[in-house]
Amino acid sequence: MKLVVAIIKPFKLDEVRQALTAIGVSGMTVTEVKGYGRQKGHTEVYRGAEYVVNFLPKLRIEIAVPSNIADKAVEVITSSARTGQIGDGKIFVTPIDHALRIRTGETDSDAL
Amino acid sequence: MGALSYRAAKLAAPISLATVFSFATPAFAETSGISAADTAWMIVATALVLMMTIPGLALFYSGMVRKKNVLATMAQSLAAVAIISILWVAFGYSLAFVGDGPWLGTLDRWFLAGMTMDGVNPAAKTIPESLFMLYQMTFAIITVALVAGSVADRMRFSAYLLFSIGWFMFVYVPLAHWVWGGGFLGSMGVLDFAGGLVVHLSAGVGGLVAAKVMGRRHGYGSENLSPFDLSLAVMGTGLLWVGWFGFNGGSALGANSRAVMAIIATHLAACAGALTWGAIEWTIRRKPSVLGMISGAVAGLGTITPASGFVAPWHGIVIGVIAGLVCFWACTWLKHRFNYDDSLDVFGVHGIGGMTGILLAGVFATASIGGTSGLIEGNPQQLLIQLYGIAVTLVWSGGMTYVLLKLVSAFVPLRVSREHELEGLDISQHGEALQ
Repeated sequence: MKLVVAIIKPFKLDEVRQALTAIGVSGMTVTEVKGYGRQKGHTEVYRGAEYVVNFLPKLRIEIAVPSNIADKAVEVITSSARTGQIGDGKIFVTPIDHALRIRTGETDSDAL
Repeated sequence: MGALSYRAAKLAAPISLATVFSFATPAFAETSGISAADTAWMIVATALVLMMTIPGLALFYSGMVRKKNVLATMAQSLAAVAIISILWVAFGYSLAFVGDGPWLGTLDRWFLAGMTMDGVNPAAKTIPESLFMLYQMTFAIITVALVAGSVADRMRFSAYLLFSIGWFMFVYVPLAHWVWGGGFLGSMGVLDFAGGLVVHLSAGVGGLVAAKVMGRRHGYGSENLSPFDLSLAVMGTGLLWVGWFGFNGGSALGANSRAVMAIIATHLAACAGALTWGAIEWTIRRKPSVLGMISGAVAGLGTITPASGFVAPWHGIVIGVIAGLVCFWACTWLKHRFNYDDSLDVFGVHGIGGMTGILLAGVFATASIGGTSGLIEGNPQQLLIQLYGIAVTLVWSGGMTYVLLKLVSAFVPLRVSREHELEGLDISQHGEALQ
């Protein structure tokens, strides 16, 4: 099993969700985060007081998938989240040791 | 039928009692002089001005501070309402508006002693004295609440309460008496229709002195101190704007065309101020900000305040434009040039705006509107009188504010500790937090 973590631009959420559903990924966790990479922030001005805001709003999507579709999931997220503009985000894949569905007690692949 | 007659019987007793009492108590015929129309309008105006403080100013200020200080900032407005109302009734009204000594009134109306149902205050003969007292109370409240904006994010709540009580007693009450209550400034002809000196300049200078005495916020100039939620500030502005119809319109103390003229001038000044500040930002920074537009509107409103009942309605547009320009300059260039942390620009908007408005009242005063001529009608003398009023207010408010701050600091520190400032006033002063 793999945990696929993707940091994407917020407005891309729907596209990414639809693309993942199409390949059989049935659940995900989404958090609102702030971050930066090569994309710089912006400047806000309040009555003459300037603030450079380095952190930009992003979304962090986490999905747990069987190892055999991890690559497909990464590919599908990439194509749906890409705009070609700086700040599109990144994807990280890490192994999962154990998984469990709380309601039924199913474990590992049965829990995904 | 049985149930119906039971219900009717239950009503019979109170109905007959009410009938007895309505014959027993004399009906109050309208006393000669008191106008029902004026009274009705002034009741509404009173409510409008109270609304300007809660929730108008509370929202306006709180939206502009950081999240960790939002509740504490609102608490300052709430506390101002609660405390100043009682002090006003206790002695503030009496010392400000009863008796016409040049320096101070009398304590004849201590806790409203001697106030009758049909009595009037000579300053407002067509409305009950009680209503005049209540209306003026709302002015005292908002003036005190305004001052705290300069030292937002860092004043200890206990110090704020003590300071506010002292500031009310020693700055607001005397000034109100001097300008409106029969004191020396009013007698010499200073034109201040609704509070350019008494409210805006005095609060602005008080705020500036407080900002200087208490020092800059931790992180000023280096950290991001951006507003928590400007939508709160916009809503506050709306309540202030509409409430100002009562603030300036009600200062006519009657339901008449002078009130309407004042309201028109007020409204136009707000519009012109908003557009001007927005236009300046659009030109200089390529984008008109919402904060800029609401700041411009409030600048226009504060500046027109002393002039509103003395000038022609269209003068409101000119005064609003000037307000937008002058206050923008004060909140950006002036503040940074002298490096004081007037957190919410009380001096930049209300102080400078009030001062400008007092001068412009001396320029644009039109005899057919308010009975006095200004510069444009060939009376340059009025400008000198206005300047004198400004000077007195600057010295008195500035000086007394300094003395009061030093006095309060002998009992409690004015600022919260550095840890508490970093943690936030909501948690440290009130034990609460926005989620």
